[in-house]
Amino acid sequence: MKTRYSYGGDEHIFVEMDEEMSLDAFFKSLAMSNAAREANIDGVREICPANASFQVRYDPEVIAPEDMMAKLKELEKIAINAEKRLETRIVEVPVFYQDPWTHDCVIRFRERHQDPSGTDLDYAARINGYDSVEAFIEAHHSAPWFVSMVGFVSGLPFLYQLVERDKQIEVPKYLKPRTDTPKQTVGYGGCFSCVYSVRGAGGYQMFGITPMTIFDADQKVSYLKDFMVFFKPGDIVKWKPIDREEYDRILKAVEDGTYKPRIAEVTFDLEDFNGDMEGTNAKLMEALNDV
Amino acid sequence: MTFEVIKPGLLTTIQDLGRPGYFHLGIPEGGAMDREAMRIANMLVGNPEDAAGLEAVFMGPELKFNDDALVAIGGAEMPVFVDGEEHKGWTSFPVKAGQTLKFGFLKTGARIYIAINGGVDTPPALGSRSTYPIGALGGFEGRALAAGDTVPVGKATAGVKERTLDQSLLAELPKPVELRVLPGLYWHRLTEASQKQFFADEWKVAPEADRMGYRFRGGNPMEFVERDQPFGAGSDPSNIVDGCYSYGSIQIPGGTEPIVLHRDAVSGGGYFTIGAIISADMDLIGQLQPNTPVKFRQVDMAAALAARHVRSARLDKIRSALK
Repeated sequence: MKTRYSYGGDEHIFVEMDEEMSLDAFFKSLAMSNAAREANIDGVREICPANASFQVRYDPEVIAPEDMMAKLKELEKIAINAEKRLETRIVEVPVFYQDPWTHDCVIRFRERHQDPSGTDLDYAARINGYDSVEAFIEAHHSAPWFVSMVGFVSGLPFLYQLVERDKQIEVPKYLKPRTDTPKQTVGYGGCFSCVYSVRGAGGYQMFGITPMTIFDADQKVSYLKDFMVFFKPGDIVKWKPIDREEYDRILKAVEDGTYKPRIAEVTFDLEDFNGDMEGTNAKLMEALNDV
Repeated sequence: MTFEVIKPGLLTTIQDLGRPGYFHLGIPEGGAMDREAMRIANMLVGNPEDAAGLEAVFMGPELKFNDDALVAIGGAEMPVFVDGEEHKGWTSFPVKAGQTLKFGFLKTGARIYIAINGGVDTPPALGSRSTYPIGALGGFEGRALAAGDTVPVGKATAGVKERTLDQSLLAELPKPVELRVLPGLYWHRLTEASQKQFFADEWKVAPEADRMGYRFRGGNPMEFVERDQPFGAGSDPSNIVDGCYSYGSIQIPGGTEPIVLHRDAVSGGGYFTIGAIISADMDLIGQLQPNTPVKFRQVDMAAALAARHVRSARLDKIRSALK
């Protein structure tokens, strides 16, 4: 890993931990962005952590760009020694795979796809070496996922699969981005899964849909009353496959204000995880049994 | 007081100077595309510069005032009428209860700013009244104005006199339009030849130009420095591991058409960026019509900071002139 610093115009500094994605790069970026926040540097306007990078927006009238740069470089030393351990939560997110709404959208934008002959799931299963769509879907939901970035639009989470790299699913983005994606579509691009928090443009492959609202500007949804965005970096997600009946039931419960996402407090330790992925994952998922 | 929307125009939204602080969650700062025009329009009606007004693109709305008001239009050049009587831009004028504010055809620029003494008074969301339609946040019910909307305006400051801006104080538009770029971010992904070509080419504003980003076309496609794509980035040479985007940053998906992210920017994504438009030139982008020829000009940090100072000195002059 080699850290790269760059100015983004006269108001931003962009820091990339590594060109490639890894949990090590994520933890370092999180540690550095936390250190930058705690340093309370005069002139800093926003700090945005991402998968393997982060960005600071500052006011160059308050702090000169080269001084801002020097301060961030100093923080790298703190970040290297930071604990790679998070007190976080695991959340069960219900997914209706192969649902009719994303399927309609898959068909509508077929000419923008690498393989117009099948569906996004057919394509993703095949290029990742699965015999069937069913086996691919099972691989998608059997291990937990790590929220490594929130952004793009309105609280959209990017999720990283907690398995060995050779088992990680990888797919390209659409050749040409779509102009539409149903709200709460579960998507996939590069090595990341995502949930489209709102309806809109998108380039990720579409696998299914969740009935669980994750962004609500009006804050009417019962579990979004404190804040309109559900996810934050460091959250762990377990997808739970559901059928149409269950989808309709949860959708109604979210509307009624009776839906309570299944959430358990957990600790995620990167060293433990790297030492025993299956064991760590089993423990993370067990925590949901008590909810 | 209130006004009623008779015709909304093409896209008219409530904007102020934005809601910084939530970009890390994918909620952009938003606010007026042309900040300077919004500020001046507010000064002309005696409002604080960060009061909310209306931003209308390419076409003005038709508004019926239910109470007496002092109004000013800034930004693009577009004839404005109160019950048929023409008024000038960059000047404040009274509108009486029952009168209708209407606009003629756009002459130059792209966006007008309508300021009303008292400021638009819809409920703020996350500290701002700016409309962010993608997140259904702020503005009027989180969306652009529609016919039939009744929009609340705050209590007018009493005794505000009519003012006119001396337009020689405004920045002169460079012709052809030049946008200054500080190279950086993933600039190293381009070959040296492409780096030169990008600045040599003449580009044109594409029809896909909105509050989220301005797209340009007409230049040569980019050539990339060869590499094995890093894990997680995706297979196209223009792909990166999804990272954060800077306001004003220039991404070139597939290496063909540059997109400059603007006030309603997506906060991150998987395309490489070659640097960013300097902050002093962001307002100007908001006034570009599709098909406008544009050249990008390379500058360094010192030039970017000098341009900021020129901009703030100009605004200070305007402030004292309108006191």
